[in-house]
Amino acid sequence: MSNIPAELKYTASHEWIRTEGDLYVIGLTDFAQSSLGDIVFIELPQEGDAVTMGESFADVESVKAVSGVFSPVSGTVAAVNEALIDNPALLNEAPYDAWLIKVSGAQEVGELLDAAGYEAVCKAEEA
Amino acid sequence: MGSYIPATGEERKAMLAALGLSSTEELFQVVPEQARVHELNLPEGLSEMEVARKVSGLAERNVRFRSVFRGAGAYRHHIPAIVKTVTSREEFVTAYTPYQAEISQGILQSIFEYQTQICELTGMDVSNASVYDGAVAAAEGCLMCMERRRNGVILAGTADPQVREVVETYCESRGVPVTVLPVSDGATSTDDLRAALSEGTACVYVQSPNYYGVLEDMDALVAAAHEAGARVVMGANPISLGLLKTPGEYGADIAVGEGQPLGMPLGFGGPYLGFMACRKELMRRLPGRIVGETVDGEGRRAFVLTLQAREQHIRREKASSNICSNEALCAMTASVYLAAVGPQGLRRVAENSAAHAHYLAGKLASVPGFALRHKGREFFHEFLTDCPVDPDMLCSRLAERGILGGLPVEGGLLWCCTELCTRNDMDELVTAIREVCAQ
Amino acid sequence: MKLLFERSRPGRCESIIPPCDVEQAQFSPSLLRAAAPRLPEIAEVDLGRHYTELASQTHGVNKGFYPLGSCTMKYNPRVNEEMAALPGFTDIHPLQPAETAQGCLEVLYETERLLCEITGMDGMTMQPAAGAHGEYTGLLLIRRYHLSRGDTARTKIIVPDSAHGTNPASATMAGFTVVSVPSNAEGGVDIEALRKAVGPDTAGLMLTNPNTVGLFDPAILDITRIVHEAGGLCYYDGANLNAVMGHARPGDMGFDCVHLNLHKTFSTPHGGGGPGCGPAGCKAFLEPFLPGPRVRKEESRFTFFQPEKSMGRVRSFCGNFLVAVKALTYILTLGREGIPEASAMAVLNANYLMKKLAGHYDMAYDTLCMHEFVMSLEKQKNELGVSAMDVAKSLLDYGIHPPTMYFPLIVHEALMVEPTETESPETLDDAAEAFLSILEQARTDAAHLHGAPHHCPIGRPDEVRAARTPVLRYDFGQK
Repeated sequence: MSNIPAELKYTASHEWIRTEGDLYVIGLTDFAQSSLGDIVFIELPQEGDAVTMGESFADVESVKAVSGVFSPVSGTVAAVNEALIDNPALLNEAPYDAWLIKVSGAQEVGELLDAAGYEAVCKAEEA
Repeated sequence: MGSYIPATGEERKAMLAALGLSSTEELFQVVPEQARVHELNLPEGLSEMEVARKVSGLAERNVRFRSVFRGAGAYRHHIPAIVKTVTSREEFVTAYTPYQAEISQGILQSIFEYQTQICELTGMDVSNASVYDGAVAAAEGCLMCMERRRNGVILAGTADPQVREVVETYCESRGVPVTVLPVSDGATSTDDLRAALSEGTACVYVQSPNYYGVLEDMDALVAAAHEAGARVVMGANPISLGLLKTPGEYGADIAVGEGQPLGMPLGFGGPYLGFMACRKELMRRLPGRIVGETVDGEGRRAFVLTLQAREQHIRREKASSNICSNEALCAMTASVYLAAVGPQGLRRVAENSAAHAHYLAGKLASVPGFALRHKGREFFHEFLTDCPVDPDMLCSRLAERGILGGLPVEGGLLWCCTELCTRNDMDELVTAIREVCAQ
Repeated sequence: MKLLFERSRPGRCESIIPPCDVEQAQFSPSLLRAAAPRLPEIAEVDLGRHYTELASQTHGVNKGFYPLGSCTMKYNPRVNEEMAALPGFTDIHPLQPAETAQGCLEVLYETERLLCEITGMDGMTMQPAAGAHGEYTGLLLIRRYHLSRGDTARTKIIVPDSAHGTNPASATMAGFTVVSVPSNAEGGVDIEALRKAVGPDTAGLMLTNPNTVGLFDPAILDITRIVHEAGGLCYYDGANLNAVMGHARPGDMGFDCVHLNLHKTFSTPHGGGGPGCGPAGCKAFLEPFLPGPRVRKEESRFTFFQPEKSMGRVRSFCGNFLVAVKALTYILTLGREGIPEASAMAVLNANYLMKKLAGHYDMAYDTLCMHEFVMSLEKQKNELGVSAMDVAKSLLDYGIHPPTMYFPLIVHEALMVEPTETESPETLDDAAEAFLSILEQARTDAAHLHGAPHHCPIGRPDEVRAARTPVLRYDFGQK
C-alpha cells in the first residue's frame, strides 16, 4: 500500500498538491513513483513558463516508460526543483519532499481529491 | 525449386496431425476468400547454382571503372582487407538489434567503440548508433533543433542537392519552413546568412567541404548563426576530419555526415551510414539508438542500449523520431576501418586524397577550357571546372577507356580524387581529355 | 573484455595506405584540426582477435534459435550474401550513367516488380532504408494524395492500440495526429470503435495484418471498407507479411499502400540493427507521389524517371541497394511455389510450438495463430513471482534468444514467440523442453530464475545506472 499523507491534496492523475502562501507546490505521489519504477530522468519547465490546468508540464522517465505530469492549476512557474535534474532518484526515495514545480498566480484550479478520495483511485487502479 | 525449410514431408504431416489438421491450407481458413491469392505470377524457383548464375549475370551487365574521378556524395576509397573479414562474420551479420544485452555484448561494445570514434572525429560529446545515411542524418539533425518559438531551418545552397532534398522532405511534413541560401562563388556568404536569420530560425545546416568541394568559412558562419540564437548543424566528410578542423572546433552544435567513405563500398548507393553527434546539452534530443556503459550485478563492465525513453517504442506518437533499425553493421564497418588505419592512416587517406585533387586541378587548368570555377576558394578532394565540350559526351568517351569522369554539374564537371587515384591514373585522364577535346 | 582504445599502443603503425606520389596540398593553418583524433593504434593481428572475441559474445541466427516475435529472425541464406558482394555490384558508383549500370537498374526494376506481385501493388520505391522509414514514406503518399485533391482537413491517422510504436511515431513525423482505436477481445480491430473514429478528418488507417498478436483479422475487408467509405486510405504495415505471402495480398485486402521489411520477410540479415531495406509500395493512383528516381524499362533498356508529383527524396540515391540484391536472390530462389510454402511453414511451426506450450503457459488468445503467438506470464507473476523477464533471461542459459518481451502492450507480461519456417521440428521440440523446464524451475526455485542468466558473458546489466549517469563514450582515462 502506498503512502498517502492526509495533509495533501491529490489528482486522479497521481500528482500531489500543497499550498505555500499563494503558491501551489506540485509533486508526484508515492503510487506514481512506484508504478514507474526507478526514475532516471526528468524534464522540467523553466521558471516563468506558463502551465495550463490538465496539461502536461513535465516528463518523467524510467528505463522502460515515460509519463507526463499534469498540472492541476493554470498559472506561471515560480520555481523549479533543480535538484531533481541532477538526481532524479529523489523522486523514488522521498516523493513527498521531491516537489517538481511551484506555481504562482493560479487562475484556474482543477478538482482536487483528499487523501481518502485519492486512496480510492489507487485501489481502483490496482484492481 | 530452392527452399530453406528443414522439415521433411513426413515431419510436416506429423506436425499437422499434432494440431488435428491435414493440410497447411487449413491454417489460412481465417482469410476471407476475396483476400486470398491462389497462385502468384512469379517465376519458378531456382537452385542455388541457377540463381547464382542469374544474379551474377546482372552484375556483369554493369561497367566497373578502372579509374573513378566521381564523388558527389559517394566515394571510392581503399577498403582494408580486415574490414571485410570482420564484418562478414556470421555472428555480427545475423544478429538482431541488441535488446538482450547478456548475449549481445559483442554488438553493443562495437557500437560503443564506434560512438567514441565518431566523437573523436567530430569533436563532439555524444554520438548515436547511426541513422540511415548522411542525408537523413542532416534532416534528423535539423529536426533536433526545433524549439517552441524557433522552428525555421536555413539550408546552405552549397549542400549536396540530395541532402537538401531529404531535409526538405522531412521538414515539409513537420511543417518546418526551409530557406535555401544562394550560392556565392561556390560557397556560402556570411552576409546572406545574416540576412536570412531571424528570431524564428532554429538552425542552419552547412556542409564543409560542400558539394563543390569548397571549404566554407565555418568560423564566420557559426558566429553569425549563434549571434542570432540559432544552432548550427554541420555536415562533414569523415575522411576530411583526419586532417581538417572539426565541427566541434568550429563551435557547431550538431555534426552529421555520410559515413560511407569509412570502409563501405560504393554499392550503387547503399547500404551507407549516417553519423550524428552533438554537444552534451542536446544528448536527449539525439534520435535513434545509443549504447551506454554500465555494470552487471557482479560489477563487471557491461554495455546496454540506453536513454530508451526518447524512442518510439516507449514514447510512441510523442517520439522525436520513428527510427528503430539503423545501420549497425555499417557502423561496425566504419569502426573497424578507423581502427585498421589508425590516426596516421586516416590522416594519410585525407592528405593523399587532397593532394591528388590539387594535382589534378593543376593539370586540368593547363588544358584549355578546364578552368577551376571557384579559384580563390580552398577545397578538399573535389572541385568544379569548366568544360569546353559537352560534359556527357566527354564522360562517355572517357568511359570507353575505363575511366569514370567527373559529374556533369552546372555546365561543368565536378571532379573527385581519393587516395586510389594515382599520379599515373590522373596523367592518363588528362591525356585522354586532351585527345577527346582535340577531336 | 578490453575496448579497442585500451588495446592501443602509440606508434603501432599500419601499412595500408602508401606514401603520397604527388606534392601535398597546402591548407590554411586555420582549416586544420588542432590534434589528431584518438583513434586506436593496433596491430592487425590484435584487431582481428578483438573482433573474434566480440563475435563470441554475440548471438546471431547462425549461432542458435532466435524466436524473437515480430522480428522474423529466419535463416539468412549465404548465397544472398555472396551475390551482394559481387564486385559487379559493390564497385558501381550510384551516379554512374544509367547505361553503364544496367544490371543495377534491372535489379531495382525486377525486385520492384516481384514485390508488387507479392503484395498486389502497382508501384514501389526501394529508397527507404528500414521499416520505419518505409512507414514514413507510405504515410507521405497518403498526405500528398489528400493535399493534391485540396483536402486539407484530413489530418488524422488511425492506429490500433496493439500497433508497434513506430506506427504512431511515423504518423507524427509525417505531420498527422494519431487516433488510437482499441482492440476487441479477439485481438482484432474493434469495428464499432473504428466506425466512430472515422470521419472527414481521417487521412488513413495504419494496420498490421496479421496483427501484433499474431492473428489475421477476419474482418479485414470490413475494416478497409469503413475507412474508404469515410474518404481515408489504408496503409499496410508489412512487418508480418511473412505469414501470408503467397496466400493473401494486402492489395486484395483493400490496402492502398504498404511497406515491407526485406530484412524480415525476405531473409536479408539484420546486422545487429541494420542495414535493412523498407520498400514502400502503392496502388497506381498513388504512384505519381512516390520518391524519385524510379526505374522503368523501355524495350530492353532500363532508365530512371522522376514521378510527376513526387514527394521528394527520403534518402540519397536508390536506398540500400545491396540489400535489394539479397532479397531479389531470395525471391528468385523460392519462386512461385517457395514463397507460399515459406509462409505456410512459418505458420505451421508457430502453431506446432504453441500447441506444445499451451496448457503450461497461458496463451493470450486461444485459437490457431499465424506466424507468431503471444503468451502471458501474468498468472506466474502473481502466483510464483516469476515474470516474463525472468523466463526470457532464463532462456539465455539454454542458448536460445528470448521471445519479444512486454509487447504488444495490450497483453500483460507478454512473451511473443516467432519460430519462423527455417527451424526444424527438433529445434522446436528442444525449445519447448527448455520453456517447460523453466516453468518447472519457477515452481521449485524461483530465485534461480530471478538471477538468470547464469552462463552468459555478463549477468543482467544495471540499466538504471546506465540511464541515470550516461556514459556514452570511452573517456581515455580522464574522468
